[in-house]
Amino acid sequence: MSDRDQGAPLLEVRGLSKYFGAVRALNDFSMSVHAGEVVAVAGDNGAGKTTMIKAVSGVYPPTAGEILLRGQPMHFASPQDAREKGIETIYQDLALADNLTIGGNIFLGREPMTKLFGFLPVLDRKAMGEAARITMKRLDFHVSRLDAPVSNFSGGQRQAVAIGRAVYWDAAILIMDEPTAALGVPEQRKVISLIHQLKAQGRGIIFISHNLQDIFAVSDRIIVLRRGILAGERKIAETNHDEIVKLMVGGA
Amino acid sequence: MTSSSSAPLPDDTEISPPADHADAAKTWISRIADMRAWLFLIILILAFEAWSQASFQQTFVLSPYNWQSIAIFAVAPLLLAIGQTFVIISGGIDLSTGFTMGLAAVVAAHVTNIAGQFLPAPLAVLVGIIAAVLVAGIPGLVNGLLTARLRIPPFIGTLGMYGVARGAAYLLAGGTTVPVNNDFFAALGNGRFYGVPYLVIITIVFVIGMYYLLSQTRFGQHNYAIGANEQAARRAGIDIRTHITWLYVLSGMCAGLGGALYAARFTAGAAQAGEPLLLDSIAAVVIGGASLFGGSGSIFGTVAGALVIAVIQYGLVFVNVEPFWQFIAVGVVIIISVLIDQFQRRFSGGRVDE
Repeated sequence: MSDRDQGAPLLEVRGLSKYFGAVRALNDFSMSVHAGEVVAVAGDNGAGKTTMIKAVSGVYPPTAGEILLRGQPMHFASPQDAREKGIETIYQDLALADNLTIGGNIFLGREPMTKLFGFLPVLDRKAMGEAARITMKRLDFHVSRLDAPVSNFSGGQRQAVAIGRAVYWDAAILIMDEPTAALGVPEQRKVISLIHQLKAQGRGIIFISHNLQDIFAVSDRIIVLRRGILAGERKIAETNHDEIVKLMVGGA
Repeated sequence: MTSSSSAPLPDDTEISPPADHADAAKTWISRIADMRAWLFLIILILAFEAWSQASFQQTFVLSPYNWQSIAIFAVAPLLLAIGQTFVIISGGIDLSTGFTMGLAAVVAAHVTNIAGQFLPAPLAVLVGIIAAVLVAGIPGLVNGLLTARLRIPPFIGTLGMYGVARGAAYLLAGGTTVPVNNDFFAALGNGRFYGVPYLVIITIVFVIGMYYLLSQTRFGQHNYAIGANEQAARRAGIDIRTHITWLYVLSGMCAGLGGALYAARFTAGAAQAGEPLLLDSIAAVVIGGASLFGGSGSIFGTVAGALVIAVIQYGLVFVNVEPFWQFIAVGVVIIISVLIDQFQRRFSGGRVDE
């Protein structure tokens, strides 16, 4: 539905390197993500996937290289900084506060306030609940109890809450670290369909996964990392499982 | 009752999530579990009423004098427990509050006496109370910096401050109790307004303020979030270190107010004022529904927890049982309370976090 070859990329990474002492966790890595494109990043354990997303999302300052968002060079001081510029990371462990509601999680750290009796500042729970309802509806994900803590929800629903938070704050780029890893099969499908929706909304998605089936179900392109370097890049339509596995393990 | 939130959804968007099969039963049980401290309280009151009627043909519940005494009993441990509630919800613990309270009681006595030489009595009392609360903030600040900046486990850091505050309090008191020469202070500590002791009124106002802070502000919301998932809170941009530092300052200041009110009640400051209250205050928080793993608890629960302990302590004296039984009774209530909490978590099928 979207043609990734048109226009400037939403996110471009050029010559990105990250060294930890003598360890070259990521070496001269380049990639781009266009609006409405899902780019999968695959690789064996220790291939540099996590280092790459941490560098792009502002957790690690890169040793070398450039990150451009909509053509503008970016230097993220912190993950918050990256998030404010529109790069949201959804971690494998979801980073939700289990005892808060969906709204409480969406607004965590930037809660809306209202005035009680015209002077007493209080949390605007109504606005939080309403935003939660609208956001989850936008994701076509229905939950019956918006006043329940998210610990009551299933893994897939919690994943949707984490994605919902990114969507609510209008992230342009979503980096998703193994979003289906901890889920049962029906929930994996649901998350995959969520990613399709995010794509249709014109967001750029970096999808990190071990699961080739998921990657082929959802991605436009796949980038394979091996020992910190780019081992290969393929359009999903023009490759197959075998080729990707060969790129991942190398030596072929 | 504590969390009013979003409007109900229109029916067409309402699809039960798969995990919600036992929804009705779950909420029913978790509601009871949330209210368990109030249930304990009701059961205890009924039991003492029956006991009192059977043994002495006297009412326990309907005597205003009993309630005044219970409320006075509850004031000091409740003030410690309020600060402790915030700390425990965040996943920490503050073991220093007992002697922080003693330190504050001594400071309140000294400062009120000294200020009384220059100022009218009511003003001197005000200065004494403010000084006590501010001084109590100092061990709190140290606790906060140790925990938040130096990453010392709060159990150890506050245990250290327990010793420091203890020594400082005894040194400041010269190893004895410090009498207060101020009639206004004595009136504040022992007077009543339509039968309600001033100390109880002050405590009620303070508790309402703390309820507001915990349940209606960002500070309170972040406190719950930090207790549930510190990393999530950090990723959300919450300044955890500053938050935790203030948390222990708050706990110290709650103990400071407790110490000042103790000095008013006994018109004397004593270093050991809060010594027996520390564990009672932690017990009140736990009976009130907080988990020592962090993330849960409430001010109303803690109030009920403190009342449960006060009713046990006063009630057993009232029905003429040897006072040592109160330790056993409070201990049993703590254990039952934690068992209910465990049972609720398992039964509700909610995620029992590791």
